[in-house]
Amino acid sequence: MARDITESAFTPRAVFTNYPLGNPCGRPGDRAEQLAILRTGLRLLEQASAPGTLVESPCVWSQDTAWMRLIFSEEQPFLSAEAEAQRLAELEWARRQKAARAEA
Amino acid sequence: MPSVTEPVRYIEKTRDYYRHAGYVRDHRWAQFADGPFTPLTKPVALCRVMLVSTASLVMLDERGRPTERSRVIGTNELEVFPVPSDLPVQRLRSTSVDHDRFQTDMADVDAFFPLTRLRELVAEGAIGSLAPEALRLVPNYSHRKVLQVDAPEVLRRARAQGVDAVVLTPV
Repeated sequence: MARDITESAFTPRAVFTNYPLGNPCGRPGDRAEQLAILRTGLRLLEQASAPGTLVESPCVWSQDTAWMRLIFSEEQPFLSAEAEAQRLAELEWARRQKAARAEA
Repeated sequence: MPSVTEPVRYIEKTRDYYRHAGYVRDHRWAQFADGPFTPLTKPVALCRVMLVSTASLVMLDERGRPTERSRVIGTNELEVFPVPSDLPVQRLRSTSVDHDRFQTDMADVDAFFPLTRLRELVAEGAIGSLAPEALRLVPNYSHRKVLQVDAPEVLRRARAQGVDAVVLTPV
Protein backbone atom coordinates (compact mmCIF):
# COMPACT_ATOMS: atom_id res chain seq x y z
CA MET A 1 0.00 0.00 0.00
CA ALA A 2 1.02 3.61 -0.35
CA ARG A 3 2.38 5.16 2.82
CA ASP A 4 2.80 8.62 1.32
CA ILE A 5 -0.77 8.80 0.01
CA THR A 6 -2.16 7.52 3.32
CA GLU A 7 -0.16 10.12 5.24
CA SER A 8 -1.15 12.89 2.84
CA ALA A 9 -4.84 12.07 3.35
CA PHE A 10 -4.25 12.08 7.11
CA THR A 11 -6.17 9.07 8.36
CA PRO A 12 -6.95 8.95 12.10
CA ARG A 13 -5.10 5.63 12.48
CA ALA A 14 -3.30 3.50 9.92
CA VAL A 15 -1.37 0.25 9.67
CA PHE A 16 1.20 0.43 6.89
CA THR A 17 2.27 -2.76 5.17
CA ASN A 18 5.06 -2.27 2.67
CA TYR A 19 3.53 -4.56 0.06
CA PRO A 20 2.80 -3.99 -3.62
CA LEU A 21 -0.52 -2.23 -4.25
CA GLY A 22 -3.42 -4.63 -3.79
CA ASN A 23 -2.60 -6.49 -0.58
CA PRO A 24 -2.97 -4.01 2.28
CA CYS A 25 -4.24 -6.74 4.64
CA GLY A 26 -1.43 -9.22 4.18
CA ARG A 27 0.06 -11.73 1.82
CA PRO A 28 -2.46 -13.62 -0.33
CA GLY A 29 -3.17 -17.04 1.16
CA ASP A 30 -1.48 -16.23 4.47
CA ARG A 31 -4.29 -16.34 7.02
CA ALA A 32 -2.00 -15.88 10.04
CA GLU A 33 -0.39 -12.77 8.59
CA GLN A 34 -3.73 -11.27 7.58
CA LEU A 35 -5.03 -11.82 11.12
CA ALA A 36 -1.89 -10.29 12.62
CA ILE A 37 -2.25 -7.13 10.52
CA LEU A 38 -5.92 -6.77 11.45
CA ARG A 39 -5.08 -7.30 15.13
CA THR A 40 -2.47 -4.51 14.89
CA GLY A 41 -5.21 -2.25 13.53
CA LEU A 42 -7.65 -3.22 16.29
CA ARG A 43 -5.02 -2.52 18.95
CA LEU A 44 -4.48 0.87 17.36
CA LEU A 45 -8.21 1.58 17.68
CA GLU A 46 -7.90 1.11 21.43
CA GLN A 47 -4.44 2.57 22.00
CA ALA A 48 -3.85 5.46 19.59
CA SER A 49 -4.20 8.81 21.33
CA ALA A 50 -3.82 11.28 18.47
CA PRO A 51 -4.93 11.51 14.82
CA GLY A 52 -2.43 10.56 12.18
CA THR A 53 -1.02 7.64 14.17
CA LEU A 54 0.65 5.19 11.79
CA VAL A 55 2.08 1.82 12.73
CA GLU A 56 4.34 -0.06 10.36
CA SER A 57 3.87 -3.80 10.09
CA PRO A 58 7.15 -5.76 9.95
CA CYS A 59 6.08 -7.75 6.87
CA VAL A 60 8.58 -7.91 4.01
CA TRP A 61 7.24 -8.77 0.54
CA SER A 62 10.54 -9.97 -0.88
CA GLN A 63 14.26 -9.52 -0.34
CA ASP A 64 14.31 -8.51 -4.00
CA THR A 65 13.15 -4.88 -4.07
CA ALA A 66 12.91 -4.62 -7.86
CA TRP A 67 9.12 -4.28 -7.64
CA MET A 68 9.58 -0.94 -5.87
CA ARG A 69 11.55 0.41 -8.80
CA LEU A 70 9.38 -1.14 -11.49
CA ILE A 71 5.97 0.06 -10.31
CA PHE A 72 4.85 2.95 -12.56
CA SER A 73 7.77 2.52 -14.94
CA GLU A 74 7.98 2.25 -18.71
CA GLU A 75 9.21 -1.31 -18.28
CA GLN A 76 6.00 -2.28 -16.48
CA PRO A 77 3.07 -0.11 -17.58
CA PHE A 78 0.68 0.12 -14.64
CA LEU A 79 -2.42 -0.69 -16.67
CA SER A 80 -2.55 -3.43 -19.26
CA ALA A 81 -3.48 -2.25 -22.78
CA GLU A 82 -7.00 -3.68 -22.30
CA ALA A 83 -7.46 -2.02 -18.93
CA GLU A 84 -6.23 1.31 -20.30
CA ALA A 85 -8.68 1.08 -23.24
CA GLN A 86 -11.51 0.25 -20.85
CA ARG A 87 -10.56 3.08 -18.53
CA LEU A 88 -10.66 5.58 -21.40
CA ALA A 89 -14.00 4.18 -22.61
CA GLU A 90 -15.51 4.48 -19.13
CA LEU A 91 -14.17 7.98 -18.75
CA GLU A 92 -15.71 8.93 -22.09
CA TRP A 93 -19.02 7.32 -21.04
CA ALA A 94 -19.00 9.30 -17.78
CA ARG A 95 -18.29 12.53 -19.68
CA ARG A 96 -21.21 11.88 -22.04
CA GLN A 97 -23.53 11.15 -19.12
CA LYS A 98 -22.47 14.40 -17.52
CA ALA A 99 -23.02 16.34 -20.74
CA ALA A 100 -26.44 14.71 -21.19
CA ARG A 101 -27.43 15.70 -17.67
CA ALA A 102 -26.24 19.25 -18.24
CA GLU A 103 -28.45 19.47 -21.36
CA ALA A 104 -31.51 18.00 -19.66
CA MET B 1 18.71 -0.48 -4.35
CA PRO B 2 16.04 0.60 -1.88
CA SER B 3 15.88 -1.28 1.41
CA VAL B 4 13.03 -3.74 1.96
CA THR B 5 11.41 -1.38 4.44
CA GLU B 6 11.69 1.83 2.43
CA PRO B 7 8.25 2.90 1.23
CA VAL B 8 7.69 3.56 -2.47
CA ARG B 9 7.17 7.24 -3.26
CA TYR B 10 3.90 6.80 -5.11
CA ILE B 11 2.96 10.48 -5.31
CA GLU B 12 6.24 11.30 -7.05
CA LYS B 13 6.26 8.15 -9.17
CA THR B 14 2.71 8.51 -10.46
CA ARG B 15 3.24 12.21 -11.18
CA ASP B 16 6.30 11.48 -13.31
CA TYR B 17 4.65 8.46 -14.94
CA TYR B 18 1.52 10.30 -16.07
CA ARG B 19 3.44 13.43 -17.10
CA HIS B 20 5.56 11.21 -19.29
CA ALA B 21 2.37 9.64 -20.69
CA GLY B 22 1.26 13.09 -21.83
CA TYR B 23 -1.15 14.14 -19.10
CA VAL B 24 -1.01 17.90 -18.66
CA ARG B 25 -2.51 18.20 -15.20
CA ASP B 26 -1.00 16.37 -12.21
CA HIS B 27 -3.39 14.42 -10.02
CA ARG B 28 -4.17 16.29 -6.83
CA TRP B 29 -3.99 13.78 -3.98
CA ALA B 30 -6.04 14.36 -0.86
CA GLN B 31 -3.90 16.44 1.47
CA PHE B 32 -4.76 17.30 5.05
CA ALA B 33 -2.47 18.57 7.79
CA ASP B 34 -4.87 17.44 10.51
CA GLY B 35 -7.89 15.22 10.85
CA PRO B 36 -10.69 14.10 13.12
CA PHE B 37 -10.04 11.67 15.94
CA THR B 38 -12.71 9.98 18.02
CA PRO B 39 -11.36 7.79 20.84
CA LEU B 40 -13.15 4.48 21.34
CA THR B 41 -15.36 4.51 24.42
CA LYS B 42 -15.35 0.73 24.88
CA PRO B 43 -13.10 -2.23 24.06
CA VAL B 44 -13.07 -3.44 20.43
CA ALA B 45 -14.37 -6.76 21.80
CA LEU B 46 -17.65 -4.93 22.47
CA CYS B 47 -17.65 -2.88 19.25
CA ARG B 48 -19.57 -3.28 16.03
CA VAL B 49 -17.14 -2.98 13.13
CA MET B 50 -17.80 -2.19 9.47
CA LEU B 51 -15.47 -2.96 6.56
CA VAL B 52 -15.24 -0.15 3.99
CA SER B 53 -13.02 -0.47 0.94
CA THR B 54 -12.08 1.08 -2.37
CA ALA B 55 -11.49 -2.46 -3.68
CA SER B 56 -13.27 -3.06 -6.98
CA LEU B 57 -15.30 -6.25 -6.59
CA VAL B 58 -18.32 -7.84 -8.19
CA MET B 59 -20.65 -10.20 -6.38
CA LEU B 60 -21.21 -13.64 -7.92
CA ASP B 61 -24.19 -15.99 -7.77
CA GLU B 62 -23.91 -19.61 -6.57
CA ARG B 63 -22.64 -20.64 -10.00
CA GLY B 64 -19.92 -17.99 -10.12
CA ARG B 65 -21.67 -15.62 -12.54
CA PRO B 66 -21.50 -11.88 -11.78
CA THR B 67 -24.79 -10.47 -10.46
CA GLU B 68 -23.80 -6.86 -11.17
CA ARG B 69 -21.75 -4.92 -13.67
CA SER B 70 -18.20 -3.99 -12.78
CA ARG B 71 -17.27 -0.38 -12.25
CA VAL B 72 -13.81 0.91 -12.93
CA ILE B 73 -13.92 4.68 -12.55
CA GLY B 74 -16.26 6.71 -10.41
CA THR B 75 -18.91 8.98 -11.91
CA ASN B 76 -20.79 11.84 -10.28
CA GLU B 77 -23.52 9.46 -9.10
CA LEU B 78 -23.70 8.10 -5.59
CA GLU B 79 -21.44 5.03 -5.66
CA VAL B 80 -21.53 3.20 -2.35
CA PHE B 81 -22.30 -0.47 -2.86
CA PRO B 82 -23.01 -2.81 0.05
CA VAL B 83 -21.94 -6.44 0.32
CA PRO B 84 -23.63 -8.62 2.97
CA SER B 85 -20.94 -9.10 5.61
CA ASP B 86 -21.81 -12.80 5.90
CA LEU B 87 -21.16 -13.42 2.19
CA PRO B 88 -18.48 -16.08 1.57
CA VAL B 89 -15.54 -14.39 -0.20
CA GLN B 90 -15.76 -17.07 -2.89
CA ARG B 91 -18.83 -15.11 -4.01
CA LEU B 92 -16.69 -12.03 -4.66
CA ARG B 93 -14.32 -11.44 -7.56
CA SER B 94 -11.85 -8.61 -7.94
CA THR B 95 -12.26 -6.35 -10.97
CA SER B 96 -9.40 -4.12 -9.82
CA VAL B 97 -7.02 -2.45 -12.20
CA ASP B 98 -5.50 -0.48 -9.32
CA HIS B 99 -3.08 -3.09 -8.02
CA ASP B 100 0.44 -4.11 -8.98
CA ARG B 101 -0.52 -6.71 -11.57
CA PHE B 102 3.09 -7.91 -11.85
CA GLN B 103 3.21 -8.87 -8.16
CA THR B 104 -0.27 -9.99 -7.19
CA ASP B 105 -3.38 -11.35 -8.87
CA MET B 106 -6.08 -10.37 -6.33
CA ALA B 107 -7.34 -13.97 -6.22
CA ASP B 108 -7.34 -14.00 -2.40
CA VAL B 109 -10.08 -11.50 -1.55
CA ASP B 110 -9.09 -11.54 2.13
CA ALA B 111 -5.75 -9.92 1.28
CA PHE B 112 -7.61 -6.66 0.53
CA PHE B 113 -11.27 -7.14 1.58
CA PRO B 114 -10.79 -9.24 4.73
CA LEU B 115 -14.36 -10.38 5.41
CA THR B 116 -13.38 -13.93 6.36
CA ARG B 117 -10.66 -12.70 8.74
CA LEU B 118 -13.06 -10.21 10.37
CA ARG B 119 -15.64 -12.97 10.86
CA GLU B 120 -12.93 -15.11 12.47
CA LEU B 121 -12.07 -12.24 14.82
CA VAL B 122 -15.75 -11.96 15.77
CA ALA B 123 -15.90 -15.73 16.35
CA GLU B 124 -12.93 -15.62 18.74
CA GLY B 125 -14.34 -12.59 20.57
CA ALA B 126 -11.75 -10.02 19.49
CA ILE B 127 -14.49 -7.96 17.78
CA GLY B 128 -18.04 -7.62 19.13
CA SER B 129 -19.89 -7.93 15.84
CA LEU B 130 -19.82 -6.93 12.19
CA ALA B 131 -22.28 -4.50 10.66
CA PRO B 132 -24.74 -6.32 8.37
CA GLU B 133 -23.14 -4.56 5.40
CA ALA B 134 -19.57 -4.12 4.21
CA LEU B 135 -19.21 -1.20 1.81
CA ARG B 136 -17.40 -0.67 -1.47
CA LEU B 137 -16.60 2.74 -2.90
CA VAL B 138 -15.68 3.23 -6.54
CA PRO B 139 -12.31 4.98 -6.88
CA ASN B 140 -12.95 8.56 -7.96
CA TYR B 141 -10.63 11.39 -9.05
CA SER B 142 -12.98 14.06 -7.65
CA HIS B 143 -12.41 15.21 -4.07
CA ARG B 144 -15.78 16.94 -4.14
CA LYS B 145 -17.54 13.68 -5.08
CA VAL B 146 -15.78 11.70 -2.35
CA LEU B 147 -16.33 14.32 0.38
CA GLN B 148 -19.84 15.45 -0.50
CA VAL B 149 -21.49 12.40 -2.03
CA ASP B 150 -19.90 9.07 -1.12
CA ALA B 151 -18.41 9.72 2.34
CA PRO B 152 -21.69 11.07 3.82
CA GLU B 153 -23.45 7.95 2.55
CA VAL B 154 -20.84 5.72 4.23
CA LEU B 155 -21.38 7.65 7.48
CA ARG B 156 -25.16 7.42 7.14
CA ARG B 157 -25.07 3.65 6.65
CA ALA B 158 -22.55 3.17 9.46
CA ARG B 159 -24.70 5.15 11.90
CA ALA B 160 -27.89 3.39 10.81
CA GLN B 161 -26.18 0.05 11.52
CA GLY B 162 -24.89 1.04 14.94
CA VAL B 163 -21.23 0.95 13.93
CA ASP B 164 -18.55 1.88 16.49
CA ALA B 165 -15.44 1.55 14.30
CA VAL B 166 -14.62 1.20 10.62
CA VAL B 167 -11.82 -0.78 8.98
CA LEU B 168 -10.80 0.98 5.75
CA THR B 169 -8.82 -0.93 3.14
CA PRO B 170 -7.29 0.92 0.19
CA VAL B 171 -6.82 -0.63 -3.23
